[in-house]
Amino acid sequence: MEYFLQQVINGLQIGFVYALIALGYTMVYGIVRLINFAHGDVFMIGAFIGLYAVERYQWPLTAVFVSAVVGCTILAVLIEQLAYRPLRHAPKIASLITAIGVSLFLEYFTSLRQVFGPHFYSFPRPFPVVRWNWHGILVTNIQAVIFFVTVFCLLLLQFIVFRTKMGRAMRAVSFDYVTAGLMGVNVNVVISFTFGLGAALAGVGGVLYGIAYPQVNTFMGFMPGLKAFTAAVLGGIGNIPGAVLGALIMGQSETMVSAYVSSAYRDGIAFVILILVLLWKPTGILGTPRTEKV
Amino acid sequence: MRLLRSLIKPVVAYAFLAGSISLLAEGGVVNPYWVQILELACIVAISAQGLNIIYGHTGLFSLGHAAFYGIGAYTAAYLMKTYGGQSQAAFFAALLAGGGAAAAVACLIGLPTLRLTSDYLGIATLGFGIIMKVVFDSADRFLPELGGARGMTGIAKMTTVPWVVFFLLASLLVVRNLIHSSYGRAILSIREDEIAAETMGIDTFQYKMVGFVAGCTFAGVAGGLYAHLYAFLHPSNFDFFKSIDILVIVVLGGLGNMSGTLVASFGWIFLLEGLRVVLPPGYVEFRWVLIPVLLIVTMLLRPQGIFGAREFPFLRGKVYR
Amino acid sequence: MMLEIRGLTKHFGGIRAVDGVDLHLGQGELVGLIGPNGSGKTTVFNLVTGIYRPDAGSVTLKGENLVGIPPHRINRLGVARTFQNIRLFRNLTVMDNVRIAHHSHLGYGPVAALCRTGRFYNGEKELNEIVEVFLSIFQLQNRKYEIAGSLSYGDQRKLEIARALASKPEVLLLDEPAAGMNPYEVGRLMEFILAIRERFRLSILLIEHQMRLVMGICERLAVMDFGQVIARGLPAEIRGNRKVIEAYLGEDVAIE
Repeated sequence: MEYFLQQVINGLQIGFVYALIALGYTMVYGIVRLINFAHGDVFMIGAFIGLYAVERYQWPLTAVFVSAVVGCTILAVLIEQLAYRPLRHAPKIASLITAIGVSLFLEYFTSLRQVFGPHFYSFPRPFPVVRWNWHGILVTNIQAVIFFVTVFCLLLLQFIVFRTKMGRAMRAVSFDYVTAGLMGVNVNVVISFTFGLGAALAGVGGVLYGIAYPQVNTFMGFMPGLKAFTAAVLGGIGNIPGAVLGALIMGQSETMVSAYVSSAYRDGIAFVILILVLLWKPTGILGTPRTEKV
Repeated sequence: MRLLRSLIKPVVAYAFLAGSISLLAEGGVVNPYWVQILELACIVAISAQGLNIIYGHTGLFSLGHAAFYGIGAYTAAYLMKTYGGQSQAAFFAALLAGGGAAAAVACLIGLPTLRLTSDYLGIATLGFGIIMKVVFDSADRFLPELGGARGMTGIAKMTTVPWVVFFLLASLLVVRNLIHSSYGRAILSIREDEIAAETMGIDTFQYKMVGFVAGCTFAGVAGGLYAHLYAFLHPSNFDFFKSIDILVIVVLGGLGNMSGTLVASFGWIFLLEGLRVVLPPGYVEFRWVLIPVLLIVTMLLRPQGIFGAREFPFLRGKVYR
Repeated sequence: MMLEIRGLTKHFGGIRAVDGVDLHLGQGELVGLIGPNGSGKTTVFNLVTGIYRPDAGSVTLKGENLVGIPPHRINRLGVARTFQNIRLFRNLTVMDNVRIAHHSHLGYGPVAALCRTGRFYNGEKELNEIVEVFLSIFQLQNRKYEIAGSLSYGDQRKLEIARALASKPEVLLLDEPAAGMNPYEVGRLMEFILAIRERFRLSILLIEHQMRLVMGICERLAVMDFGQVIARGLPAEIRGNRKVIEAYLGEDVAIE
């Protein structure tokens, strides 16, 4: 029983990180219907910014997060404007291929010796690790930080999306992009904002990931990115609570499979669940079915 | 009679291509390294024609093509390793079996997933690709010969220029004859408008299956050829990036364009290898920095693919225009 | 009775899009289905052709049940349609659009196609002749090789009818065939509709807003409003029906 609960805690830890990435996927998809493959790499950049901030400059934790958020936001907005905006009216596949191109570019460019380098780099702990033992279940202050930071981000996001003017504009654009434009919403600004907001969350996620699994590499964004996107689809893409739910399911399932079956199957289980869910609900757990007008 | 007559051109083309390339290779005009690259390009072209049927013609977004390539590769390699020895006939049979295995799995996967629409199908096939990668990685647990994450060795080097040219021409002939027939047009109608196709009497699910399974069969055969080209298989040869490679080829060539897919396959493989040669030593790792940049620039300039809608004369093949 | 619809009902969320509709179409009849926008006419077509499944009610074709049968089977049983928001195979040629609709009556198998046997060539030749026939009815034979999406709006509507005919239906459902056409084109369209009915022994159910067309060629009319049939009868009777005029008030459709 302790072992099981311990796994639940571990699953939550990775699940929260996935949630932070998944939100960016789901918001961007909700607005421009693009699978932004480069999003996982923005997460990676966030982790590296964190690494530099902690190791080289020894900034306080808050400053580490802020620098990752700022860096990722700027990067994502640049990517959107340079690579995706010119293709907004081209066939969707062109944007998708471009997204893949951006992703490969970020991974390989940063892996050059002249940039971050191709190796695994250890991420120093920005604070001493404290372990609490509660009836045989170990909880670390790292997990506490992940929990509180993620919840804080989610609340902030909820506030932005539902309580601000920009949030209302985002919802309008995701509902109907053309009409929102005609109603005076500046669609370009909203799209850039959404990319930036998603990237900010991914930046936070990157730093948290670095703290929790203290090794970073320029290709580290690929699998978590893919899983986070899968989580977003699982929960119902375009749906914010869905992304969080999907990410938590994903974190639990892969932790459980590693713990009880074999870690070799860890990367597979998430997708087995995804396929099963899609067969049962083709638009994800919380997704609303869209019927085509005939 | 007509059948025989229609086979003249492909047979002549085959004799010419296979003969001349083999001669050039044996005469030492082209070094073995580039011959192998050429063989690889042909194999990739077969697999890409398969994805072109699936995505370009039928309009089914598949992000898991490499999984079927891998299924064909492992099936053919396993059969040859255990039963085939060095026999050419056995090799042919093993390749067909590889295609058959890919087709069978495609049926199983297609039955539930082809009801999904566009991006959801993409993500489901992506998921399937990752699952298959996990299966290949741990394949040695149920069949030690497959090698699992350590890779599969001891495969005979059976793939030769005549074999790859034969299968490439055969695949082109099949796609051309399929697409320029009523069955092919039924497939195209799904891409164009599924609801209209359905109300015009096209069993869209059936033809989606046809397109998907046919395309995966191509990937399976290509996989078998690939396995016996380098005589070594590793799960990483069939990961997500390999699916993306093929997708990039099909999109660059122009969706649904057979000639474009053909040219883009060769272009892509020779670009990858060519950059290895062109880049100064110590800068080879810039290869994957340049390629995505080229990819992004191409998409920004020609989002509809480099070839547009034109086809080579031998791929037009329409009976009535 | 060719087509018989009884108690047809379909809800979308809380909205009753179609609410207990009864309609019938006799052999060779031409019946008009009219009513304000959003009254459920197109939904009736979607229910008959199997795109949606009705919540209640029955649809039969010559006594044979159509409910729960997939659209392509319904087409093969003899029902073809056109769409209000034109749904051609836009990137294919005019000719291909027509050939695709004839696919279920194809004279060769997949093996013949792949091996290009004599059977294949004969089959394609036959298809070519069929295309010629259907396109010439609508004077589109010179547009054969053009891309369907590049045709003018009126030609696209005609091509949609030609495509529907190529699937050899007995019942044809036309959804606003005259939308976007000028008065001259509407006149020609009326002739076409009457001519194909004769030539292919069709029974036609027609949704239309252009009253000139409806009043001009339909033998009977049914008027829908809020998902229900509120009136039915001869065109002359409908013209003066108070309920119908009320339903249309505020709509910019004048009953001539």
